[in-house]
Amino acid sequence: MTAILEAAGLGKRYGRRWALRDCTLAIPAGRVVGLVGPNGAGKTTLLSLAIGLLTPTAGSISVLGGRPGGPSQMARAGFVAQDTPLYRRLRVGDHLRAGAWLNPRWDAERAWQRIEQVGLDPRQRAGSLSGGQRAQLALTMALAKRPELLLMDEPVASLDPLARREFLQGLMEAVAEHGTSVVLSSHLIADIERVCDYLIVLTGSRIRVAGEVSELLAEHHQLSGPRRDPDTLPAGQEVITESHTDRQSTLLIRTSAAVLDPAWTVRPVSMEDLVLAYMSRADDAPSARTALGVIS
Amino acid sequence: MIRFSLLQFRGQAITALAALLVAALVLVVTGAHLDYLFDVSGLAACHSAAGCPALAGQLLEKVRGYSPFQLLYWAGLYLVYVVPALVGTFWGAPLIAREIEAGTFQVAWTQSVSRTRWLVVKLALGGLASMAAAGLLSLMVTWWASRVDPLDPFGMNRLQPAMFGARGIVPIGYAAFAFALGVTAGMLIRNTVPAMAVTLVAFTAVEGAVIAWIRLHLIRPVHAVMPLNLATVQDVGNNVGAPASNGLFVSAPVAEPSGWVYSSQVLNAGGLTSLGPEPHACASGGPWQSCLTALGKLHLRQAVTYQPTSHYWPLQWAETSLFLALALLLAGFCFAWTRRRLTG
Repeated sequence: MTAILEAAGLGKRYGRRWALRDCTLAIPAGRVVGLVGPNGAGKTTLLSLAIGLLTPTAGSISVLGGRPGGPSQMARAGFVAQDTPLYRRLRVGDHLRAGAWLNPRWDAERAWQRIEQVGLDPRQRAGSLSGGQRAQLALTMALAKRPELLLMDEPVASLDPLARREFLQGLMEAVAEHGTSVVLSSHLIADIERVCDYLIVLTGSRIRVAGEVSELLAEHHQLSGPRRDPDTLPAGQEVITESHTDRQSTLLIRTSAAVLDPAWTVRPVSMEDLVLAYMSRADDAPSARTALGVIS
Repeated sequence: MIRFSLLQFRGQAITALAALLVAALVLVVTGAHLDYLFDVSGLAACHSAAGCPALAGQLLEKVRGYSPFQLLYWAGLYLVYVVPALVGTFWGAPLIAREIEAGTFQVAWTQSVSRTRWLVVKLALGGLASMAAAGLLSLMVTWWASRVDPLDPFGMNRLQPAMFGARGIVPIGYAAFAFALGVTAGMLIRNTVPAMAVTLVAFTAVEGAVIAWIRLHLIRPVHAVMPLNLATVQDVGNNVGAPASNGLFVSAPVAEPSGWVYSSQVLNAGGLTSLGPEPHACASGGPWQSCLTALGKLHLRQAVTYQPTSHYWPLQWAETSLFLALALLLAGFCFAWTRRRLTG
């Protein structure tokens, strides 16, 4: 299977601060990828590099088989930026007309249909839309480009739960219908859990784990049992987090083999356990502590 | 991209068109009356050197008696200066700054249009509209004043610094420059309101600097040294603080009809600026005529630097070209900046 997004040693530096570094990834096509991490972890930077709004400081990135940026690449990818920016003084209908003028692959019928479906008035100015309506219009604009890849930066962050559900539902319908690959960032695990089948955990400007959700869940286990030094575990069992009391140890490990030791009580992990484990492991590195401080 | 830019620019364009239409209406109605006054004055058919000044004086009298004239004359003058500044502040500065502020550049740049093309269209459309607005207004005001300006109604001919930038094609150059300056400021400052303020201040400063120091040298001025015309002497005295033996001061304004006198200096027969002692006939407070006679014996000369009236259009073209060149320079900078810095 070919990768829709491939990065090798990708890094982006602002002055002396690395917003993203040593990022190596290969995302297969047809996935809905959840990019999760606290605010300031580098999610926006990674997505901006992928769409070509930013150029890398280090390493390389290839999207849809080419270097991001340039009109022909932009025509194949859709982007919904953070806070879903729109032209406040233009009407909803103006946005759709502009989209048709600016994109050769624009699907006008689909765009107008979708606007009607989500209940947007084409005559309303974008500046007077609610957060949920703005997100729907931005998503419509991105989908009407008939993108092979859709990149979205915190599209639901500012929405109320109902609008969030409607947005994600609309997204999933569109994805199911057209087989679009999606990368969507969020700091809310519940949203990622609902729609994503591929997970990337990004904290402190580094990727902590990336993979198919089903595989990740199958490979991670929570072990609890009598107190034990993690160094004595068999080879192939990687400890992600550990906590110990005087008599008991609780570990979250990654292994592709079954856990056979009868001393352990083995429990499966939820996506939330998994994400929190990788986040707190990153937190052990002092550089990541400040980034996690702003989690909401 | 052109249609999208037009869509974004629509509101501003309508405002500008409405304002221009109002100005046109007022200027056409009052200008027709000025035209009528000129026609009945008989000045057009006048060819005698003796009679024409009198006719011109009569016309000027009538024009001054036409009540809207004075207000419109000054309003037109100020407006032609103000429009380029407005264009830079309200069209130029927000052009990119607002897109950065609202994040909409991320929308524009992720459509299937290169950001170079995006900037080309935005700059070209806004720049041409700015030039058209300033140019049309200047054209209307210049036409309106064309019967009156040759009479120097307020002692200002069209080459005088205050008047030069309010007639002809120079305002087009000002507008192009002001617009490009606004765009550049917005791009660098990334905030609309501060960018607007900086644009206004910077544009005024550059325009002032050009008027004060650069305009004279755009076309080589005429330097002339001629015998001092005693009839023009207005005042004779001793320079304040100078020794009495070498402090003669002569004030003799030079009148270059329809020209712009930049500097004039009274020199002694040897070409030096120190004129020697003040003649006794002048210092004693005797009759003016004997003072002038005494001055005449000194064979004083006068050095004048000026732009003659024949330099009017070359100077208009030169200054317009200078501002257009500055505008292009700024536009080039904007392209480089969009490519490199805004992409990080």
